[in-house]
Amino acid sequence: MNNRKVAISVKNVRKIFNGRVVLDNISFDIYEGETFVIMGGSGSGKSTLLRIMSGAIPCEEGEVYFRDKKLNELSSNEKDELKKRFGMCFQSAALLDFLTVEENVSLPLREHTRLDSKIISLTAKMKLGLVGLQGFENYEPSTISGGMKKRVGLARAIALDPEIVFYDEPTAGLDPIVCAVVDNLILDLTKKLKLTSIVVTHNMESVFRIADRIAMVYKGKLIQVGTKEEIKNSSQAIVQQFINGFIEGPIQLNE
Amino acid sequence: MLSLLEHIGAKVESWIKISSEFLQLLLETLYWIVLGPFKKRPINFSSTIAQMVFMGLNSIVIVFFVTFFTGMVLAMQAAPQLEKMGGVIYVASLVSISICRELGPVLTALVIAGRIGAAITAEIGSMKVNEQIEALDIMAISPVRFLAVPKLLALFLMLPCLTIIGDAAGITGGYVIGTTSLKINSGLYMQIAWKFLTHKDLYTGLSKAFVFAIIITMVGVYQGLKTKGGAVGVGRATTISVVTSFILIIVADCIMTGIYFFWGV
Repeated sequence: MNNRKVAISVKNVRKIFNGRVVLDNISFDIYEGETFVIMGGSGSGKSTLLRIMSGAIPCEEGEVYFRDKKLNELSSNEKDELKKRFGMCFQSAALLDFLTVEENVSLPLREHTRLDSKIISLTAKMKLGLVGLQGFENYEPSTISGGMKKRVGLARAIALDPEIVFYDEPTAGLDPIVCAVVDNLILDLTKKLKLTSIVVTHNMESVFRIADRIAMVYKGKLIQVGTKEEIKNSSQAIVQQFINGFIEGPIQLNE
Repeated sequence: MLSLLEHIGAKVESWIKISSEFLQLLLETLYWIVLGPFKKRPINFSSTIAQMVFMGLNSIVIVFFVTFFTGMVLAMQAAPQLEKMGGVIYVASLVSISICRELGPVLTALVIAGRIGAAITAEIGSMKVNEQIEALDIMAISPVRFLAVPKLLALFLMLPCLTIIGDAAGITGGYVIGTTSLKINSGLYMQIAWKFLTHKDLYTGLSKAFVFAIIITMVGVYQGLKTKGGAVGVGRATTISVVTSFILIIVADCIMTGIYFFWGV
């Protein structure tokens, strides 16, 4: 694994919100082409970590590197250029209500390329085909199901052929079958498009279905990073309680 | 005493912060309008036209009714006073001047602040709480350029048009009362209404509409982008947006009227 190139490197990241430390001294590397899952309970800071890695929000201390570029030191224009190499799938899909499914997917292409509108439309259709939504181009986001919205969000995230795709709770609120469909899509797209996928989730089935490596975050601290087997066989009580869903253990519900 | 001073200090600090953020947002919007096309970021005309239809065309009826009835009320209120001095005929010029200089632009702006300002905040606020603004940002699409620019351009062009319609409706309202209840001859009413109405009355009124358009749009966008906390947050932001727009419209009107009054512009 160590021979592989590092896509994103997180070093000693610390984030404070309203005087409360939400991330403390987080460090890990994410390798190119892998599916890296960040898991942790609600409010553990995993979504904040995802947003820091994607450049959406800054961190107070520490550094995030995308290859050799230090995210914290980029100008606004440089950051915008970098963002075009990232894709993001939101928990709520975050589709623009006033645009159709196809317009949502083609939006990044219209904004950042000079392609002819016919080619843009064709590309959008192709991306929708990759997520199994051909024929839904003219639907409005409010008229399709939650699972379909997430898939449209995924098609939009890969519209500009990004190198890294961030997923924030991609299976939250979906039934088990749609969960499996979305998980397969993540795996499929990661492989087909040679992406690096960074997934934040607390759905254990998803975690073990898609992850190459897993990071466990608890109360803003990184507890462990490892492969599926390493996490399954972890000696850390917090990790064991979380992956097995035990009520008794070091993680208390009222914390 | 110290706590009172601390409270005042905190309030002043917060107002300064809000004012500087608001100014920054306005400058960013103007930047994208003026310099965007030179940076391969042209203005989205189809979105601007859609906004013009929503803001302008769909507001004509409400603006017409508000100013029409205000014109009627103005004529009814002024008539008894002018009658005492034997000058009931001057109801025509009183209505036309006060509508064109003051009531037309202000009432139109207040109606539009309630209808459009609230809609802008609710739309952008909902987008904010549903992660859509963040999605635009992650896609390296400036939410200000994508959302605020078409709205500002549309209202900047449509509010003066609506104000002209409001002026005409207000004068018509006064005309209806003047020619029916006050028994003023129709031709004479129109002659007096136009005789005392100067170009200055028209352009001072219309110049206010441009300023009000900027206030309504930018307050709406600012409050929308500042929205926090789900549906309750959207409701709160919408209320703040409308109230702030109302206050700023009245303050701006007073300042501009003062400028025209004291400097004789």
